[in-house]
Amino acid sequence: MAINEQEDLLVSKPSGSTRREFLQQASALGTGLAITSSAKAKGLPVNKINFSTPGNVTVSLVVNGKNKTLDVDPRVTLLDALRENLQLMGTKKGCDRGQCGACTVLVEGRRINSCLHLAAMCEGAHVTTIEGIGGVDNLHPMQTAFLKHDAFQCGYCTPGQICSAIGLLKEGHATTDDEIRESMSGNICRCGAYQNILDAIKEVHSGI
Amino acid sequence: MYPFIFTKVNDSAGAISAVGTNPHAKFISGGTNILDLMKMNIEKPELLIDINNLDFKKIDVQSNGNILIGALVRNSDLAYNATISKHYPLLSQALLAGASAQLRNMATTAGNLLQRTRCYYFYDTVMPCNKREPGTGCSALTGYNRMHAILGISDKCIATHPSDMCVALAALDTIIHVQNASGKRTIPFADFHLLPGDTPHIDNVLQPGDLITHVEIAALPFANNSTYVKVRDRASYEFALTSAAVALDVSGGTIKAARIALGGVGTKPWRATAAEQFVAGKPANEETYEAAAGLALKDAKGYQYNAFKIELAKRSIISALQNTGG
Ligand SMILES: Cc1cc2nc3c(=O)[nH]c(=O)nc-3n(C[C@H](O)[C@H](O)[C@H](O)COP(=O)(O)OP(=O)(O)OC[C@H]3O[C@@H](n4cnc5c(N)ncnc54)[C@H](O)[C@@H]3O)c2cc1C
Ligand code: SF4
Ligand code: FES
Ligand code: FES
Repeated sequence: MAINEQEDLLVSKPSGSTRREFLQQASALGTGLAITSSAKAKGLPVNKINFSTPGNVTVSLVVNGKNKTLDVDPRVTLLDALRENLQLMGTKKGCDRGQCGACTVLVEGRRINSCLHLAAMCEGAHVTTIEGIGGVDNLHPMQTAFLKHDAFQCGYCTPGQICSAIGLLKEGHATTDDEIRESMSGNICRCGAYQNILDAIKEVHSGI
Repeated sequence: MYPFIFTKVNDSAGAISAVGTNPHAKFISGGTNILDLMKMNIEKPELLIDINNLDFKKIDVQSNGNILIGALVRNSDLAYNATISKHYPLLSQALLAGASAQLRNMATTAGNLLQRTRCYYFYDTVMPCNKREPGTGCSALTGYNRMHAILGISDKCIATHPSDMCVALAALDTIIHVQNASGKRTIPFADFHLLPGDTPHIDNVLQPGDLITHVEIAALPFANNSTYVKVRDRASYEFALTSAAVALDVSGGTIKAARIALGGVGTKPWRATAAEQFVAGKPANEETYEAAAGLALKDAKGYQYNAFKIELAKRSIISALQNTGG
């Protein structure tokens, strides 16, 4: 019963697999258990998402200017997809719950916590991670300022701090020291490099 | 996190047909609360419907002066909207006092209304909690209840509603617009969230299948003279211990009308109607503010670790009244 309903849900199952193989995969993975008879299968608009393996979703997105396609379990966060699927380890996992800012990336130019965002929600999205902001040979002014002002110690929070600071400048709401501090409060630094982070951001802000 | 089926819909008709009346289906908008709760196995949707493509992203001023806010307007966009920051500073300030810049870029108007309590026992799945598992008991009643409610409590649950935005909305005449398979309806804000009573697991009056489309704020000219005061354990990125949203209509040193709502102290966003009525017609001075604060907290009940909130809430109200009334 549950399996039949799931099959209804997964109308766009991979063309290569037969119905029987598909059901075997589904039950082997236990994904059928996720659906009860109460799931409203009929009329579910599944056209946007292609289920290439049972329950998985295929997502096309642009990461640091490059087209990428992900085939992921819907539970995978953008953070884990970046790190585990795309091997972009610059974005860090601190708390995994929106409480530290280590995972901050830019989506459509806006800073967000990638740990509270599903990869499956990123169809068509433009994501920028620290790797896309600049590298050793082409540092972004914010990276240069972080180096100059010694705005880190262990460096774990730094990719998130830099992405967040770039988002802050783009938003354009924070100018004074207190406003910048408040606007950066979503990025915790366990090493306490706050004063130097503030100095780095102020330098880029004032265009020195 | 338990497995679920993910789908993305493009319009409200698609969202409503996807959800049907399935109690195991959930919408996801900003994701900042539901994903956190799913990671902790507190929310266990079997079907997750991404509604971010829906067209509820605008803030419109209606011909009657009311403001219609789309369900998907991000908290940051609402806070910095020119009309909101000019005419409803209490709402702008409340939003900006919540969470972090990143979270506000994600969080939506509807999601913020529906965020669940931050009671630590609610989050800790090995502890009894009537809100999470009806009938198991309330760990906070005799536990560490420092952040808990002092108004609107029951012997089944003393969890606060954690939203800052909702405190400002409670002070205004707000209406929630809802749509489901049988049509559209509106719910006055005061009726939207529920007191815990014997059913703390039910936070609000929404039914399975209900989609919030808009939040409407009635025109209130004197709301341009308003403020939000939030007291918390650290200067930013922290939930309220107490908060107060106040709007005052003052003329010649006399208060003509007032709006007062409290956060961090109620089991739902708390409108202090008795205090509002008391200050109307009174001089805008310390004596009035102190009496109003006393009235607002008259029925408050403190527990072992949160009794300090009674005095702190009074001071928050007085401070907000001073800011707006002079
Ligand atoms: C570390 C941290 C700190 C925070 N600090 C604060 C704070 O200080 N003050 C504060 O007020 N908040 C704070 N928050 C909470 C934050 O404001 C909420 O998580 C956010 O507002 C939820 O909105 P969302 O769009 O992300 O909701 P989601 O997580 O997407 O959804 C929440 C709920 O709403 C439902 N839903 C969403 N949209 C609709 C719709 N249109 N119709 C029907 N149902 C819908 C979902 O199904 C879900 O049940 C904090 C959060 C975190 C993680
Ligand atoms: S206060 Fe409410 S949410 Fe917290 S443990 Fe008690 S019942 Fe659960
Ligand atoms: S890892 Fe995302 S906020 Fe901490
Ligand atoms: S530099 Fe170590 S946490 Fe910030």
